Amino acid sequence: MDLALLATQALSGLASASSLFVIASGLTIVFGVTRIVNFAHGSFYMLGAYLAVTIVPWLLEFERSPLLFFAGVLASALAVGLFGVVMEVLLLRRIYRVPELFQLLATFGVVLIVQDAVLHLWGPVDIPGPRAPGLRHAVEIFGQRFPAYELFLIAVGPCLLGLLWLLMHRTRFGILIRAATQDREMVGALGVNQAMLFTGTLFLGAFLAGLGGALQIPRLPANSHMDLTIISEAFVVTVIGGMGSVPGAFIAAVIIGLLQAFGILIFPKITLVLVFLLMAVVLVVKPWGLLGRPDPAAGRAVLPEGIIDLKRFGRREILVSAGFVLALLAVPVLGDSYKIKVGIEILVLALAAFSLNFLIGNGGLVSFGHAAYFGIGAYAAGLLVTGPLKLPMEAALVAAPVAAGLAAALFGYFIVRLSGIYLAMLTLAFAQITYAIFFQWVEVTGGDNGIVGVWPSRWAGAREVYFYVVAALAIPAILLLRHIYYAPFGAILRAARDSANRADAIGIDIRRHRWLAFIIAGAAAGLAGGLYAFSKGSIDPTMISIAMSVDFLVMVLLGGIQTVTGPLVGAAAFHSVKDFFMPLTDFWRFFLGLTIIGMVLVFPRGIVGTLEAWRSRRRTEGRP
Amino acid sequence: MTENRTSRNHPSRRGVVGGIAAGSLVLGAGGVRAQAAPIRIGELNSYGRMAAFAVPYRNAMQLAQESVNKAGGIKALGGRPLEFVFRDDGSTPGDAVRVAEELLTRENVSFLAGTFLSNVGLAVADFANQRKVLFLATEPLTDAITMAQGNPFTFRVRPNTYMQTKMLVDAAKAKGVKRWAIVAPNYEYGQSAAANFKKLMAEAVPGFEVVGEQFPALGRIDAGATVGALSQSRPDGIFNVLFGADLTAFVREGNTRGLFEKRLVVSLLTGEPEYMIPLGEETPEGWITTGYPWDQIETPEHKAFVTAYRAKFNDTPRLGSLLGYVVVEMIAQLLEKAASTETPKLVATLKDMKFTTISGPVTMRGLDHQSTLGAWVGETTLKGKAGAMKNWKYVDGTAYLHPEAEVKAARKG
Repeated sequence: MDLALLATQALSGLASASSLFVIASGLTIVFGVTRIVNFAHGSFYMLGAYLAVTIVPWLLEFERSPLLFFAGVLASALAVGLFGVVMEVLLLRRIYRVPELFQLLATFGVVLIVQDAVLHLWGPVDIPGPRAPGLRHAVEIFGQRFPAYELFLIAVGPCLLGLLWLLMHRTRFGILIRAATQDREMVGALGVNQAMLFTGTLFLGAFLAGLGGALQIPRLPANSHMDLTIISEAFVVTVIGGMGSVPGAFIAAVIIGLLQAFGILIFPKITLVLVFLLMAVVLVVKPWGLLGRPDPAAGRAVLPEGIIDLKRFGRREILVSAGFVLALLAVPVLGDSYKIKVGIEILVLALAAFSLNFLIGNGGLVSFGHAAYFGIGAYAAGLLVTGPLKLPMEAALVAAPVAAGLAAALFGYFIVRLSGIYLAMLTLAFAQITYAIFFQWVEVTGGDNGIVGVWPSRWAGAREVYFYVVAALAIPAILLLRHIYYAPFGAILRAARDSANRADAIGIDIRRHRWLAFIIAGAAAGLAGGLYAFSKGSIDPTMISIAMSVDFLVMVLLGGIQTVTGPLVGAAAFHSVKDFFMPLTDFWRFFLGLTIIGMVLVFPRGIVGTLEAWRSRRRTEGRP
Repeated sequence: MTENRTSRNHPSRRGVVGGIAAGSLVLGAGGVRAQAAPIRIGELNSYGRMAAFAVPYRNAMQLAQESVNKAGGIKALGGRPLEFVFRDDGSTPGDAVRVAEELLTRENVSFLAGTFLSNVGLAVADFANQRKVLFLATEPLTDAITMAQGNPFTFRVRPNTYMQTKMLVDAAKAKGVKRWAIVAPNYEYGQSAAANFKKLMAEAVPGFEVVGEQFPALGRIDAGATVGALSQSRPDGIFNVLFGADLTAFVREGNTRGLFEKRLVVSLLTGEPEYMIPLGEETPEGWITTGYPWDQIETPEHKAFVTAYRAKFNDTPRLGSLLGYVVVEMIAQLLEKAASTETPKLVATLKDMKFTTISGPVTMRGLDHQSTLGAWVGETTLKGKAGAMKNWKYVDGTAYLHPEAEVKAARKG
């Protein structure tokens, strides 16, 4: 390797780092102040690019000047910033009072809506942007040509860092942002108008995302997939840097950019997994990221987000639940074979969502990577029946939860050492590493094509029979998990969630209990995955993808994390809504997103959670 | 089992959403004089996520369906009209298999067609095998569909990865370039194209060597670093498998840095309008590529197709449009010949059946269920501010199918 190559690779890496930093800085500021895990940040980035490829060429018609180019870029970013304000005022402001995770659900709805809206407005064809006037050429560096625009991008990162520093330290708005990042309640108590502060922060965050997108147009065509490709990377940058820390995000972006540029020289396939590997390593070594600080609220007694009041079922609840189960069991008798198929899927997803809420609602352990265990279960089952062993379905369904449980034991060992958003991101990192392994290990797993021929044993081949197989495994598994909620073990998890210090003081080994909970939830998800594989006839990496993990999360949130039965209702609702819209229109994601947002506004605590809140309110009002 | 239950429509729920989704909602055949019950065919594809390909594809299918029905439907079946039922496959195998089930049980379709992504295609193929219905895999390119994972009920229309790579190798081998670098998206299509290229070039060009390889993740190329890494290996030729947004970013970066100067570039699919249009004025000169020079094909059938397509949709045809039209032509001819919609009859008729299509004669090889539909091989060029193909010719797929011995070894079943 010669010096010239090293220099150009380093410059390429720095240019990517700058681009990444612009986006990630917005995400980290928004998270720091509002604690919103803003999935829509990627959509803002995409909107920035689409607006820029619309506005900039129009401006350049007047004169091909650099000034107009950058005016167009800024205008696009400002427009996206306004869009962020709209989202804050119309949507997020209405749900600040509910657990923070529900805001994630709302932003996810926005992601779906923006995706299809962009397709509808700009069409499906990628739109390349114009090159920047004055920066079209290449500059000779050590005898290698290097694009002038990327040199400019390299400068953007540090300049933006400087500007943000000035904003944070020299303006009242910036000082408030820093104060809110450190202690939000205190800022509120001191009489700061939080609504204005949040609106301003969302504007800044969306502006930066839009700017990131608009600056990309000379390098990347605007396309309808760019939101999802950027969002996970942006999250990784903010987490490695420490959530809420702008300088941290800068350092993390530079590390990622350079590692990527040099990594591909040695491992040409590394881009698939590199950032997640790095995040896993950083979080295991530095649980708060590079420059992040422990959440000040962690030591304080805050109202926990999750199941607080564990009610025992009264006669009415038992009757209603039994009715539901009976109605479900009657599906194969009354419904056509498509209904049976949907019924199987709802049962499977309900089990997966239920096991996830065992972690979130009961344990306070938010997992963004639950699909890992679901997928490992599916793969274990699929590989056993199709691989060299050719085992029957029965054995594979035993192996699925075991394999997933083992994986959960391995990953969980590291995961339970963290808390909050860092814990969530480590689960995501492990899920993505698992995804990459199954994706890349083509000889065994079939790579992204997956493996087909995963069908049930002959006796269970008929759809009705397989439905009862699923029911016979999923319903007892759900009941067993539910039993654990009520057992002392479940209570210990809640104690550890509500006050780790106090739980510790009375002699509870928190980590061990959480680890066990992780293994139990993983195994249950693995069973769901195994059942799912046999219902589909194939396994492939989409079962481990981020999208799958997000689907589980959405189901749990739709149902409500504060209730035991919520995730079951959430799974049924989510799957039914998706199944309802999919045959109707290409733009089913738009309507799915709209429905999710509608549900968030009507049921701000999830369907079951809100229904229970209404009920208990009625009960208290009824009293004299 | 209850799969032959009559199809149930949901007019009320359709009506509700139909109003909102008027533009996008697709309801089978438009304006058919339906004396006889239509022959329903389930077509599932990624109309949402892969709309750049799939929407022109569906457009052309509707155009062809109209023309078949106007000409009196399927005469061997008493003039029954064709009716395609279009569904989004959700772009994941899990969703696609459920949608396929819905098409079979609720919409009562005679057989299935479509899919874009290879993993989705394979999953639906296996589902078809399980349910013993015909599946016409129209777009997925993976060799596995007709080779190792082939099954009796699945037939593929498009030339697969192997065939298209072989066509390019044939066009490039005479140039005598020996030092090659490969850049391909990191998933099955990219990997198998790269593997095919290495194998075929090693056979065709003595002294062939690969001096550099890059496999950026699909949709997230770091173009600067990739171009840097490729130019560092100092190849004389580059084999490119990138497409879509990755390709546009790669080409722009490579143009600025001079990566393609004095190098032979061989590129899969780049000449297809789907990927050529976004390149615009950055379209490189002289890449050897497969594609679809729709504006230069002069056969009367094809010209009529282009005129009708442009008149109906006010847009230029894409490769997806051509494929969609050809698929409907093939389906109509299949139904005429089989004079039946029963699966065993359709499968038996399809084997080694000959078709006439707007892109020439096509045979469905019985050995591996791969059609001999070809591709246009030529060079890229810049015409005004848009990319185009030059020095192209239509290469029939017959000579490029997998060798029979390889097929027999791969399809043991």
